[in-house]
Amino acid sequence: MIPLSWYLILAAGLFSIGLYGVLARKNAVAILMGIELMLNAVNVNLVAFWRYRTPEEITGQAFAVMVFAVAAAEVAVGLALVIAVYRRHKTVAADEIDLMKW
Amino acid sequence: MTSAQIIFLIAGAVTLISALMVVTRRNLVHAALFLVLALFGVAVLFVLLEAGFLAVVQVLVYIGAIAILMIFAIMVTRGAASEESKAANNNWAVAAVIAILLFEALVVILNLWPGFRATAAELPASIDTLQELGSALVSPEAYILPFETASVLLVAALIGAIFVAWRRGGKEEK
Repeated sequence: MIPLSWYLILAAGLFSIGLYGVLARKNAVAILMGIELMLNAVNVNLVAFWRYRTPEEITGQAFAVMVFAVAAAEVAVGLALVIAVYRRHKTVAADEIDLMKW
Repeated sequence: MTSAQIIFLIAGAVTLISALMVVTRRNLVHAALFLVLALFGVAVLFVLLEAGFLAVVQVLVYIGAIAILMIFAIMVTRGAASEESKAANNNWAVAAVIAILLFEALVVILNLWPGFRATAAELPASIDTLQELGSALVSPEAYILPFETASVLLVAALIGAIFVAWRRGGKEEK
């Protein structure tokens, strides 16, 4: 059997890699990809805890479904924003998008 | 070492390596394709965790919709995206340190928890998890409220995305 620790360490690694992507990437689409990786790590954790701690209650899976829905909504709005910004400024580099800066 | 462990190690290695590629590749199309691979690795993990429905949803929603949407966005914004000299901004070293510290801290804290090395009990044969999940999502005692809220959120996101990305006539130079 696979110990719970393997899943948790893998999810921690995936989350950290996603965090690095969010903090370090220039391109706004790449930042969204990093967020997707982080949400996936959270999902792995939710399902692993469901399977190992409370398999008789379905809470973990239900929350994972919610995370799926929120991720889909987030990526739709995020990419629409990226495309709208690209139309106006011809750039998707996050450090050049400063129109809300004073 | 059992076969499940071997499958886990392969899927986990594929997931982590392609996740690293996602955050480091300069070519965004390659990054998106590695993202698909990473998401598929996570789907394999869901299968290993006996959450078959979530594995299917992962392939449908993440790979079928989100990753394809990403690739479309990359293609639409291509002129700006592909000619960048560097993939990372000037703070990448700080970001790497923060990510590594977070990983270390998570592992150390999890190590203090007595349930960390637990193995899974067999799933009770009397429970059909898919049926349980289905009825939990629509039962008033369980998750009908978050479920309905999620559908409202999706509609709002749909309308918002159309509104934000709408090309307003006359305001564009092109």
